Amino acid sequence: MRALVVDDSRAMRALLTNILQSIGAEVTQAKDGCDALARLRSADRLPDLMLVDWHMPEMDGLELIKQVRKDPAWKPMTVMMVTTESEQENMVRALLAGADEYLIKPFTRDAVLEKLNLLGVHVPEQALAALTGG
Amino acid sequence: MTLTAREEDTFPFFQDYIFAKSAIVLTEEKRYLVETRLAPVVQQANLSCLGDLMRALLRGDRQLETAVVDAMTTNETSWFRDKSPFEALRDHVLAERMTANSGRRALSIWSAACSTGQEPYSVAMILEAHFPELSFWNVEILATDLAAGALARARQGRFSALEINRGLPAAHLLQYFSREGAHFQINDSLKRRVLFQQLNLAQTWPVIPPQDVILLRNVLIYFDAPTRQRVLAGVRANLRPGGFLLLGAAETTRELVGGFVPISVAGTTVYQLKEN
Ligand SMILES: C[S@@+](CC[C@H](N)C(=O)[O-])C[C@H]1O[C@@H](n2cnc3c(N)ncnc32)[C@H](O)[C@@H]1O
Repeated sequence: MRALVVDDSRAMRALLTNILQSIGAEVTQAKDGCDALARLRSADRLPDLMLVDWHMPEMDGLELIKQVRKDPAWKPMTVMMVTTESEQENMVRALLAGADEYLIKPFTRDAVLEKLNLLGVHVPEQALAALTGG
Repeated sequence: MTLTAREEDTFPFFQDYIFAKSAIVLTEEKRYLVETRLAPVVQQANLSCLGDLMRALLRGDRQLETAVVDAMTTNETSWFRDKSPFEALRDHVLAERMTANSGRRALSIWSAACSTGQEPYSVAMILEAHFPELSFWNVEILATDLAAGALARARQGRFSALEINRGLPAAHLLQYFSREGAHFQINDSLKRRVLFQQLNLAQTWPVIPPQDVILLRNVLIYFDAPTRQRVLAGVRANLRPGGFLLLGAAETTRELVGGFVPISVAGTTVYQLKEN
């Protein structure tokens, strides 16, 4: 599985990258919406999954998702917004813009894997079984 | 603490006590659990150590008994936990029971270790989202657990963002919850569908109406083999012929008493009680 992590915080990118790599994903990072679009345009293969922060300097996550959803070639990509925004109106905006799921910061590793499982992104059996057992 | 008062070893007492109250088995490597989970109970009761807590329990302090049992249960749960059992419910189990019960137009579902409510509420969401025709049926979702604290939270239906993050589809969050401060409150329409009651699986059960589906997930793992067998026999006795048992993803079925047929559906296994 290939994933693109878009967040202006280096620590957050590292955290998400770490979680995704732990389930065998090949991860690239982008530091804002513009950076992400550039990477998508130049990538030879489309990521299967994109995790997107909301507030970022050069093009925010909402705008990025709108841009991404304009291009039919990028349609197969699963997009999840990962943000501190927890107002329901904002979730509606993100989903309307084309996000498939929404995760509120702060989150646990379990929460990320459960959302991915929900989205039909392949999460290895062992990783799911190891979710805070019992 | 005085130098002479050597810390007494209360672990064997708590092992026996928890087993007697809940059938939960605490092996030696769970020693740390007893210490970390009971320390707050000791503190809140203004006691000074686990020994004092032990003596209060021996005197029969009911309030402390509840606090200790609550503290020693693991209430870890999530929405649509493991996903596939809920898909099996949606795509196979419910349809089959609805066909079987079409004459009576009644359906009973029991979440037998419901913790803070995510499991029965997930079932309620499936009913509401995918089975509108059931609004003309008599549908009962019974949700029980031993832990009084977890049950109280389940009844209240108020969840933190961290809990909401755990497997709840965003669309469901928007549809079935409203934001209240830092929390999310589940809608009354869902709350009304679930009846929460305290029930200890390890003791004699109250009379329960025959069930179409029983979810007994991630609770047998805490019990020893004889308790697991007794609980499974109870489940069998409370299930309608043709009814379904859903276990946790990691749970073995070695002790499953006869009469159940494993059925693979939606990438998981559900167990159907044979029609006689
Ligand atoms: C890990 S949770 C599982 C919750 C939910 N079924 C799930 O799969 O996510 C285990 C639950 O079993 C309950 N439990 C433990 N011993 C019990 C007993 N003897 N009778 C009833 N419930 C019990 C605990 O209180 C706890 O809420």
